[in-house]
Amino acid sequence: MIRAESLTKLYGALRAVDGISFTVQPGEVLGFLGPNGAGKTTTMRMIAGFVPPTSGRAEICGFPVDDQPIEARRRLGYLPEGAPCYGEMTPRQFLGFIARVRGLDGERRRSRLDDVIARLHLGRVLDQRIETLSKGFRRRVGLAQAIVHDPPVLILDEPTDGLDPNQKHEVRELINAMAKDKIIVISTHILEEVEAVCTRAIIITAGRIVTDETPAALIRRSRHHNAVTLRFEQAALLREAAAELRSLADVEHVELDEAARAVTAFPRGSALIVTAVADLAGAKGWPLSQLHLESGRLDEVFRSITEQEAA
Amino acid sequence: MGGIRIIAGRELAAYFATPLAYVFIVIFLALMGVFTFYLGGFYERGQADLVPFFNFHPWLYLFLVPAIAMRLWAEERKSGSIELLMTLPVTTAAAVIGKFLAAWIFTALALALTFPVWLTVNYLGDPDNGVILAAYLGSLLMAGGFLAIGSCISAANRNQVVAFIITVVVCFLFLLAGFPVVLDFFSGWAPQALIDTVSGLSFLTHFNAISKGVIDLRDVFYFASVIIAWLYATTVVLEMKKAD
Repeated sequence: MIRAESLTKLYGALRAVDGISFTVQPGEVLGFLGPNGAGKTTTMRMIAGFVPPTSGRAEICGFPVDDQPIEARRRLGYLPEGAPCYGEMTPRQFLGFIARVRGLDGERRRSRLDDVIARLHLGRVLDQRIETLSKGFRRRVGLAQAIVHDPPVLILDEPTDGLDPNQKHEVRELINAMAKDKIIVISTHILEEVEAVCTRAIIITAGRIVTDETPAALIRRSRHHNAVTLRFEQAALLREAAAELRSLADVEHVELDEAARAVTAFPRGSALIVTAVADLAGAKGWPLSQLHLESGRLDEVFRSITEQEAA
Repeated sequence: MGGIRIIAGRELAAYFATPLAYVFIVIFLALMGVFTFYLGGFYERGQADLVPFFNFHPWLYLFLVPAIAMRLWAEERKSGSIELLMTLPVTTAAAVIGKFLAAWIFTALALALTFPVWLTVNYLGDPDNGVILAAYLGSLLMAGGFLAIGSCISAANRNQVVAFIITVVVCFLFLLAGFPVVLDFFSGWAPQALIDTVSGLSFLTHFNAISKGVIDLRDVFYFASVIIAWLYATTVVLEMKKAD
């Protein structure tokens, strides 16, 4: 379990992190979201024991990070921001070094190294110096060092930053595969990542937690949640369609996008209007090129939450 | 402790993974040769000892050892790998000692490669090898002292050049603590006890004592305490500002 108790960090007069508390249980994948400078990295550093908090405390698996740092760190796999490595080493040397420091030896070290090298597809670059590798490979070396000792707790600061879409997908698969019995905390800017891997999302702004809920709950806050968009082949019918849609019982309002030849109907509350809209379109015989039910837009929720807090 | 050994091993390998090790050793040996044979008048003296060789060690170390020490922590800070190192299950003290030992072993290696000078003097005459061994030991201890000072200053700076310059200055003060250039600063206002303490801190005095062939435990103890004190200071500095 990870426990953070009113973690606070002051840099001079700046409250970088301002009383953050949460606990994470095994099986949870917690996504840390927030604008740049919101305090995500500082919070993760305090939990990892790199930055001492001004006040408050953090625990990993019951070991306080400040009083029993070695015990806490043994149970932690940590990918720092930017995935720093020793550039003059090769991945083979570097991962071997981390495994030795982590107390793995003999057959266990060999099998763990083989496992992470295979999982992160590092076989091809094992004997190249890390500083000569692409950003994507460097990030994967950083991830490999975080999981080499198979820790119960993982803290990953932007694990997919700099990866291409295929690599992003692979890292998400990796996180999902490990998620069952581990505690995982990731920070990210990429909102789709939260939907793809997280069971819980915390948004922080200006050093405070502003929301703490599941990604599904978060997405329900979007005004596009359950909205239906109709795209027409010709622009001629747009206004008529908008008027017809407005008359439907559960439709709160309708938006027109002339350029995209689209009409979007927003429901009252979270009412399901897709059947009614589809029936109407069928009855009227509208020539549609697309009918789209939106689940919601996380970026919209993110923006509305963080901007409202900043204002 | 296992952690110290593993960190020292990694660090030592890193020296040889870059041109640093080779450049340092070549320059170290070349300068040693120049100083001993040209400036020291090794042949002209007509004596079978290594006094002209060891006499230049403090001055060579003054510039070469800070060059090794400057990267110890400043580089970790700059590349961000300090965050990785400080979140591994090793104590800060183990990391400090491990990195220091690697640098010290490296300088010991460079020093050991001066063995042709020793062969030469044995070929030419019949020197007192006990004195030479003692002087080598004193030289190594002095290098350790410089490295420990450099380790602490490197831990406090992100910029290697700044770390280098400050280290050279501090090492210079320690080297000449017993001489007027430093003592004049204190005399006139400081109590005699402080002046005596400062003059007792001189690397040069302690090194000269050992290099005469007399291994006085007090001199060895002096260098050991300098190393331990500065390494302890390194640990404190890192704990305070590792994330800055």
